[in-house]
Amino acid sequence: MLRVFQHHMVKRVAGAILIGLLVLVMTGPQGNGSEPTSGFTGSFSEHMSFFGFFTPPRWITFALLALVLSLLVMFAKYSHRAWRRAQESGAAAARAVASAAARVKYVRSRRSGRYSGYALLVLLGIFLPRIITSQSWQTNIVQLVAVYILLAIGLNVVTGFAGLLDLGFVAFYAIGAYTTAWVTGALPTSPPFGIHFNTFFAIPFAIILAMAFGVVLGIPTLRLRGDYLAIVTLGFGEIIFIFANNLYGITGGSTGTNQIPYLSVHLGPLKYLWGLTPQPYYYLTLAFIVLFLMIFSSLEHSRVGRAWVAIREDEVAAESLGIYPLKYKVMAFAIGAASAGFAGVITASQTLFVTPPTFSLSFSINILVLVIFGGMGSIAGVVVGGLVIQGFVVYMIQSPPAWYNPADLYMYLGALLIVMMIFRPAGLLPSRRRLREVTQVESGVARDQMLTHIGPHNRVEEEL
Amino acid sequence: MVDNLFDVQNVTLRFGGVVSLNDVTLSQKRGEILAIIGPNGAGKTSLFNSLTGVYTPQQGSITFTDAKGKRYSVIGKKPYRVSAAGVARTFQASRMFSAMTTFENVKIGAESHRGLGAVGAMLKGPATRRDEVRSDAATRDLLEFVGLTSQSNVIAASLNYGARRRLEIARALATRPQVLLLDEPAAGTNPAEKNDLTELIRRVRDEMNVSILLIEHDMKLVMALAERLYVLNFGSVIAQGTPEEIRANPAVIEAYLGASDTGIAEESK
Repeated sequence: MLRVFQHHMVKRVAGAILIGLLVLVMTGPQGNGSEPTSGFTGSFSEHMSFFGFFTPPRWITFALLALVLSLLVMFAKYSHRAWRRAQESGAAAARAVASAAARVKYVRSRRSGRYSGYALLVLLGIFLPRIITSQSWQTNIVQLVAVYILLAIGLNVVTGFAGLLDLGFVAFYAIGAYTTAWVTGALPTSPPFGIHFNTFFAIPFAIILAMAFGVVLGIPTLRLRGDYLAIVTLGFGEIIFIFANNLYGITGGSTGTNQIPYLSVHLGPLKYLWGLTPQPYYYLTLAFIVLFLMIFSSLEHSRVGRAWVAIREDEVAAESLGIYPLKYKVMAFAIGAASAGFAGVITASQTLFVTPPTFSLSFSINILVLVIFGGMGSIAGVVVGGLVIQGFVVYMIQSPPAWYNPADLYMYLGALLIVMMIFRPAGLLPSRRRLREVTQVESGVARDQMLTHIGPHNRVEEEL
Repeated sequence: MVDNLFDVQNVTLRFGGVVSLNDVTLSQKRGEILAIIGPNGAGKTSLFNSLTGVYTPQQGSITFTDAKGKRYSVIGKKPYRVSAAGVARTFQASRMFSAMTTFENVKIGAESHRGLGAVGAMLKGPATRRDEVRSDAATRDLLEFVGLTSQSNVIAASLNYGARRRLEIARALATRPQVLLLDEPAAGTNPAEKNDLTELIRRVRDEMNVSILLIEHDMKLVMALAERLYVLNFGSVIAQGTPEEIRANPAVIEAYLGASDTGIAEESK
């Protein structure tokens, strides 16, 4: 009898069914005292019926799914021809992907190819509001794509260029948004110098204040490395969130700010009022994205960018060459913070209210996902990553398919990210340097270096 | 005392209860090729780390005097400031920026002592461009000097051991130092590469006018290069002198024989 259970086929089917049951319980509705089994018998079955004949309980659906899946795997494994064919088609698909990737790489490697790519993106950006004319689409594109891309290219400077894992990036975004409210007099505290500034002046205020916070936070914390820095930035993000939520006298607390006026410019003959329509906000954000892209791209290929790479790769060696790591790290922090501060102004002045829940930890992680997905350290990658992921999010909000449940959004994004990390660990359009670093770690160069560093003096370094 | 590059006076470095350097006093003259030898764990690398600001000794003083006669106290200074004063170094385990090209590796050294320049870098002003051109030229010259011109666009990780050593030397020289500290430059190289390296180190001193401070286990290389030696054992200086004097010094022979089978007398044959 026991033999049967040890047979690998039975084991595999049993394993699959167990996984099916686990998925069933995990995806089912939460049970309570009166309905403890609702995890098994929950609502999913209501959507599923066999041609209207009968509605099976949820667990039967999952068990059937598991059985079918495991049988499929077995079939593929044991029918030799099918197995080989699957392998061949897999190889062909891999070849196709590789040749497409090579073509992209070739086009990217040529300067003219790169520039025409950028020009195409900018043109697309300019004409997008003519293609997508729906107001709610446009609003979401500004709020969920453009602002996110702005934040992602800022975080890319910190995480991608300087190699600092920042889990509290949302703090600078919050500072930008609350500065906008402060400057325009929408907070319980009086605005600076007692003057209600025009919202447009919030831009320099927000950028400078965010940078200042970046420096103030950076100087004590950027002495830490790796994981420790991540934890401290995480803490900083939470502190800002809690301040925003609880300091009723200053930030308005959990109810948020008063109404923030629309963006407007009154400079001599130049007068413009941003109103309810999203289009002008879109162009303003687009202009700043292009500006930040140009600035950050020349920064990447400058002495500062190379110093960041040096610090990222080997801080001790960099310092021995006269690079002061703290200075460059703080610089990265402040520059990243500036773009987040600006993004805060856009959000605050378009949504007209600022409320604390916007600035939760999940927001920071969301931005980090865009950077990782697109390719850390690659500006083009981060922009494309932001377009893909946030474009998907907006699409799902605007015209969701029938089967889509908004609560499942992060499940799909998570799956996408896992698949990405397996097949393209350096991101969608990786920066060439980062790609090299990743492949070197995989082929053992870094490990080799690490091993040789465990010399007699390493023990001493730990004690320091 | 007048034209000493390094003056190390009674330096003691402790880590908890472990005494890494014990009352070390030594000096290096300007233009000298000085070697520090000693068994494993004698404190050679600790001395290097103290000279470059990585470690902060608890007692004693380390003074570096630059070519203009300006004196710097090294103890308590950060490594990047010691580098700015004119001290460059290489590492025992080679520490290149392995994902960058040979050229970029050296260029980082060449431009590290320029100002902050983030704003200039963002706007690509004329001064920034002039800087770039100057650093590029300096980098090309140095790669030529160490013989890596043909490999300047190669990823550093794909260089062989001897080339990595030369790259590290070029990168350190790019900071325009007055003294170059070499931590076991010949480790892991083959005999032919060792000869090239000996030649290169001598040329660094003669043609670039950079003093050399050397830690090395390869006695052949040390004896061929060094004009003077210090011998460290258990964190203390046990002998100093010319190669001939050191070879004949009974305390040195004992330290080496006591520490390992491959003694100094044997190796220097």
